[in-house]
Amino acid sequence: MTTSNLHMYVMAAPLICALFVNLLGRRSRTYIAPLTLGSLLFSSVTACFVLANALKNGRMSYTVGNWSPPYGIELIIDPLAALMLLLISVVALLATCAALPTVQREHAGKEHLFFTLYLILIAGLMGLVMTGDAFNLYVLLEITSITTYGLIAMGKGRAVLSSFNYIIMGSIGACFYLLGIGYIYILTGTLNMADIATRLPLVQGDAAVATAFAFLIVGLFIKMAFFPLHGWLPHAYSDAPMGAGVMIAPLMTKVTIYLMFRVIFSIFSPDYAFYQHAIIQNLIIWAAAISIIAASLMALAQRDLRRMLTYIIIAEVGYMVGGIWLANTQGLTGALLHIVNDALMTLCLFLAAATILYRIGSLHFDDLKGLYQRMPLTMLAFTIGAFSMIGVPPTAGFFSKWYLILGGIEAGHWEYVAALIFSSLINAILFFRLIEIAYFGNGDHGHGHKQTLPPTGSAPWYMQGSLLVTAVTLIIIGLGSGQLVQGVIKLALPAGF
Amino acid sequence: MIYQSSIWPLMAVLVSLCGAIPILASERKPNLRESWTLLIAAAKVVIVASLLPTVLNGGGFVFTIAEVIPNVPIQLRVDAMGMFFALVASILWFFTSLYSIGYMRALDEHGQTRYYASFAVAISATIGVAFSANLLTLYLFYEVLSLSTYPLVTHHQDAEAKKSGRKYLTYILGTSIALALPAMLLTYQLAGTLDFTSGGILAASGASPATLGLILVLFLFGFAKAGLMPFHGWLPAAMVAPTPVSSFLHGVAVVKVGVFSILRVIFHIFGPDLLFDVNLGVVITTIASLTILVASLIALTQDNLKRRLAYSTIGQLSYMILGAGMLTAAGMTGGLLHIAMHAFGKITLFFCAGAIFVATGKKYISQMDGLGKRMPITYLAFFFGSLSIIGMPPFGGFISKWSLATGAIESGQLILLLVLLTSSMLNALYFFPIIYRGFFLPAAKGEPEGIKEAPIFCLLPLSITAICSLGLFFWPSIFLQLAKMAVIP
Repeated sequence: MTTSNLHMYVMAAPLICALFVNLLGRRSRTYIAPLTLGSLLFSSVTACFVLANALKNGRMSYTVGNWSPPYGIELIIDPLAALMLLLISVVALLATCAALPTVQREHAGKEHLFFTLYLILIAGLMGLVMTGDAFNLYVLLEITSITTYGLIAMGKGRAVLSSFNYIIMGSIGACFYLLGIGYIYILTGTLNMADIATRLPLVQGDAAVATAFAFLIVGLFIKMAFFPLHGWLPHAYSDAPMGAGVMIAPLMTKVTIYLMFRVIFSIFSPDYAFYQHAIIQNLIIWAAAISIIAASLMALAQRDLRRMLTYIIIAEVGYMVGGIWLANTQGLTGALLHIVNDALMTLCLFLAAATILYRIGSLHFDDLKGLYQRMPLTMLAFTIGAFSMIGVPPTAGFFSKWYLILGGIEAGHWEYVAALIFSSLINAILFFRLIEIAYFGNGDHGHGHKQTLPPTGSAPWYMQGSLLVTAVTLIIIGLGSGQLVQGVIKLALPAGF
Repeated sequence: MIYQSSIWPLMAVLVSLCGAIPILASERKPNLRESWTLLIAAAKVVIVASLLPTVLNGGGFVFTIAEVIPNVPIQLRVDAMGMFFALVASILWFFTSLYSIGYMRALDEHGQTRYYASFAVAISATIGVAFSANLLTLYLFYEVLSLSTYPLVTHHQDAEAKKSGRKYLTYILGTSIALALPAMLLTYQLAGTLDFTSGGILAASGASPATLGLILVLFLFGFAKAGLMPFHGWLPAAMVAPTPVSSFLHGVAVVKVGVFSILRVIFHIFGPDLLFDVNLGVVITTIASLTILVASLIALTQDNLKRRLAYSTIGQLSYMILGAGMLTAAGMTGGLLHIAMHAFGKITLFFCAGAIFVATGKKYISQMDGLGKRMPITYLAFFFGSLSIIGMPPFGGFISKWSLATGAIESGQLILLLVLLTSSMLNALYFFPIIYRGFFLPAAKGEPEGIKEAPIFCLLPLSITAICSLGLFFWPSIFLQLAKMAVIP
């Protein structure tokens, strides 16, 4: 193993294990847990080395199969990609600890199928953050989407319908993206991102470039569920099996935002994206502000923990899209930091939800009474995750919000600043409403939903363990956000920021 | 001033935070649990006091926890002003811990382990606020205090507690996110730092008076724990909590953290000179004066003893802010000094209210006729406490009010002097009837015989704090010196 191709192992481990999980898991399910956890643990450890390498040596390019670019596929490892790689591996590893017992209970006999798709999805996400090829990005985007459709469709009830809805929307998004790439190929004759970036300025005035840019960005907006293109997400994520949701929810939207960052900075240029279309830039920030407010209000209307969380995800997408389009150092720093933080806090809350679901069999608000007494540790971790979402220091969520708001102030986009603060307030209401229900036990009797659910056994130790680790990580990342910003994110910002 | 690097400020914060763990672990052994509480409280006083000599000699301590934002670390620093507040809070926590034992056991309250653990976290946050080196650190501990006191306010876990808890969080957390956080961000944007610097950090930013005014108002209302009207409603609602919580948190820690934060902003973010130059002191004094008068008038109408004390607190808190808003040395010293003087007086009054409740189960002043003869010690302590709050010599409250009055004259705003005098009169009007009823009115018919003083654990702390109120008149030197050092660096 030389250090220059370590990142390939990070991605290869889950991909290869996906095959073995299918083959061996068919015979006996005892193989599944060690294979899945083992491969992701390997990826996590290796990703640490990749990050250390990238920080030491800077940007690194790798040509798959030694086909030289612009014809071959080029993988780019820079500090940001390495950070994303580490984030994906670690989040996937922690999520798997909760996915294993839930899937075992919900889909007994189909675990090998579930985890095959699950691992391919993770490998796809890892590929997405590394790829330096615009078309390869499309292929990987489809790999992750198709595996996600499959995983969601394994859920109960109306999951199939939700998945179908997602297929329609996801495919439209993919088509848009593909069309955009088509235009660019016609204009420049290349698909390699770096190559496109050097050739695009020559044809910049062309209306076709603007069309391509619009297709690419709108395609990604659909994939990341940016308001008002978010319709598919709440159903898809809350009808999915809990084991899939716990991994997809933290990662999928965040990786797509990273892709938008890549499209803007690696294919186009900040000059093109932000300054030549100042009206569009303003519109997108307004849309982000509206998306944050609207999604927060919709979250307020939910009476089920998981559905509430899905709307919060949509609001958070608004945070990051807005942060990137603010086009200043603070905003970009905040958006990138928020990708990391939001992935971890969403993971924390989904893990808590999974543990609660495993234990009491429901996530409806009325069934959560007295949880602080029944599951003190789980609720402690949930509370930390909630504080991070609200933005209480020293949890991670506070610090990315800090940069985002500063970016908004600096750019003079007060509507965005107001939306962020409004959303913090709504989050405070959302989570304290839950905390109140869980804290006050059976204080008030009454309205509806009378049946008490039978206790379904306590969650295994590793499920609670991964939850607690995530909660502690939120505080550590919060306290270490100075180092994270100075050491990694500063290096990841494009030139000029 | 030279600050030496030291881990002790961190220890002062951590000792009770970590102390929550053995408290939680000894759930089934109440005696052991309470021993832990007392041990931690004593350790806290010792650690804070051990830092005192250096501070009195003009030194200080600093400890950086983490570098989180450029120029804004999470950092603890012990200076005269922080020392002043930490000393008051840690000493009074010890007495409250003693009192809690008497009160909670006498009433056989549920969830006592949670109660003591939350209390330990809350006092950590209070000391954290006192020792914060910059606004971000202060905000961090401010929020931790809001959240850790939620289980204390809602201790009874009934419908009323739920309602009050909601109100509590809405006011405290809501204003801190919606007002204080933007104010902090604007300050950072303008000054590039949030460090508490004597003379302020905003002076050099060249911001317009309008911007400065906006930031100031956001801060004044954003730290709603200080109870400036119209953001005072949470305090009477929070009286639903057990009395030790009301006495310590809503007489000392929580409310004074609010005041302390505002004073920090006035002294060390804006700086008195800047506020004087752009004539913003009048904004502070106007809001504070209105709060003083209105709260005192409302206090007159309250029949529930704890609610009357709550409105009295709202009025008294604004004294401190009023003093700082005068922007003169005497006024600012008086404002800071009133934190300590009011703390000892008001905690005595709350302790007495709790002792009366433990002994008789009574909450309303109109039911308390003739109790003074049966509970002479409690009523004497109550008398001492109220005299101190009114500002009569020979009680501590006189010293701070004297300083405030001097400040009002120095600043040439005689109307402020009028506000102070009117309010003192109102204070007397709402306190004396309670004492009069207790000593001079006959007990109502059908009153059960055998009402006697509350348990010793209740009685002892309230006697000590009452005597302290008296003692502070004769020996105010430590607090006076710290306050002067804080105002004139």
